[in-house]
Amino acid sequence: MGFSESGSAFVDPKRVARSRTDVFFQWLTLFLLVFFAVVMVTPFIWLLSSSLKTQINIFQYPPQLIPDPFVPENYLYALTYKPFGSYFRNTLIVAGLNVVAVVFTSSFCAYGFARLQFPGRDFWFGIVMATLFLPYAVLLVPSFIIFSRLGWVDTFLPLVVPPFFGGGAFNIFLMRQFFRTIPEEIADAARIDGCSEFGVYWRIMLPLSKPALITIAIFTFLFAWNDLIGPMTYLRSPDNFTIAVGLASFRSQTDIHWDLQLAASTAVTLPVILLFFLAQRYFIQGVVMTGLKG
Amino acid sequence: MTAQPLDKPAEESFWLVRQYNRLTLKQRRILMGYVFIMPFILGFLLWWLGPAVVAGWLAFHKWNFLAAPKFVGLFNFNKMLGDPILAQSLRVTIVFSAISVPLGLVFAFFLANLINAKVRFIAIFRTIYFLPSIVPAVANAILWAWLFNTEFGLINYVIRAFGGPKIGWLQDPNWVMLAFVILTVWGVGGSMIIFLAGLQGIPQIFYEAAEIDGAGRWQRLLYVTLPMMSPIIFFNLVIGFINSFQVFVSALLITNGGPQRATLFLVLHIWRTAFSSQKMGYASVLSWLLFAILMLLSFMVFRYIGSRVYYENPGE
Repeated sequence: MGFSESGSAFVDPKRVARSRTDVFFQWLTLFLLVFFAVVMVTPFIWLLSSSLKTQINIFQYPPQLIPDPFVPENYLYALTYKPFGSYFRNTLIVAGLNVVAVVFTSSFCAYGFARLQFPGRDFWFGIVMATLFLPYAVLLVPSFIIFSRLGWVDTFLPLVVPPFFGGGAFNIFLMRQFFRTIPEEIADAARIDGCSEFGVYWRIMLPLSKPALITIAIFTFLFAWNDLIGPMTYLRSPDNFTIAVGLASFRSQTDIHWDLQLAASTAVTLPVILLFFLAQRYFIQGVVMTGLKG
Repeated sequence: MTAQPLDKPAEESFWLVRQYNRLTLKQRRILMGYVFIMPFILGFLLWWLGPAVVAGWLAFHKWNFLAAPKFVGLFNFNKMLGDPILAQSLRVTIVFSAISVPLGLVFAFFLANLINAKVRFIAIFRTIYFLPSIVPAVANAILWAWLFNTEFGLINYVIRAFGGPKIGWLQDPNWVMLAFVILTVWGVGGSMIIFLAGLQGIPQIFYEAAEIDGAGRWQRLLYVTLPMMSPIIFFNLVIGFINSFQVFVSALLITNGGPQRATLFLVLHIWRTAFSSQKMGYASVLSWLLFAILMLLSFMVFRYIGSRVYYENPGE
């Protein structure tokens, strides 16, 4: 890949190295970049390679890198051994409702926190921040008791109703930060034209916040797709399982079928990676917005 | 949509509209503010305060879900003090946190500096470094269980290829913690990206000024990068600590708390106490314990480290 050409293919010509140590550090950086890229990527290659091996070949030492024979049927076996189709549908229902809830209610609350002045606002925003630092593992047991009293166990309700109440501290915080970057003059102009606060929120702020809304939608979807502890606590009958619970129970029932487990794991990971490549910009934006501007 | 500043007479017949029109402008503003944040307030009362009260009440009761809860006074708290499994679980969680958080922080910072380099194809490197952090937790657990497999796993293969011993990563209580640290550190992409954004936010002029003053690489890192990055380092530290106390999926699926309870992380212990042993009262006490630990930890981090953070624009 051009290493022999004394680095000209890699080193940006705009930044000409000035001294020997600069050249040394440039090469060191390049070496470390490639080294850690290999470290990061190898588990993925190993996952893919193992998922395409026969049960016999997977237990072979030393391991094969390129599966021989190639067994793409593993994916078919794995995904039909358990009703992954119904898991997929359930996950889409839960994730879809979560996305709708979060996009609308978190932006609604965030508008109040970002743009309206009223006594008690900072107190309540302090509580938003406090819940941001409290993981929901703390509340798992008592929430379960409340939801079981409501008769919601083994339904999607404990997973989809709470997000409609504010959509989570993280998302409120993120939307508030975003709203604060939109010039107040736009909202004032609308108010002078007779627009109510709801109108300002709905017709001005939401359309201007599409990037932030897409970001929180993606993160909410991913969370629902990946979450195990919530669905595992509340969903009992296999008909209601989401992908995460389905995959976990698949693992516990197919102890030594590593080929099938890894095929199923790959199949569950691929949509996430695909989503990442389609919406890379929003991913990075979301991660960055949480960390900065605090 | 009951509120319109320019009212039409026809709407005056609605009770709500009449009430609203009686309010002063200031009162309307307050009302409007609370209307907007109402979903959060309701959610806080229902899904945070409500459960907290339930947990407070249950802490003094014994309840297995079937019979009626029985008041037992401080029994659950006494039990907590003399519970060797809880002590083990706390030890595991704290050791993991103390190792994985600083290590993950340093590694993420190091990687962020690498992918901040001005070389070609840097976008590809950034993507590769970030990808591990988005692998779904369950798939990630299965993948690492396979990587750490003693006989056929890739990691032992590499170690043996270099003449090392065959390590029982997931069977040996002395090694399993390191295995968990490794898989955690592999997924530091999120904090790495936050560091990267921070690095890119440092004005280049600071480095130029430092260079003119004769600062070398090391000094520029020490006296420009680190102080400028301190709020972000602090943020990642807090998030890292909180996440480290929540290990659940990997502990459940890779080792199921074993070997010899060496990976019985606190959240897994709470989950089992509640849903396998059906001890809801005791599990509530443990939930309060987790809450207290996180509060204490946050307080200490803010008190002792937060005060050393450099903010360029205080009050922003």
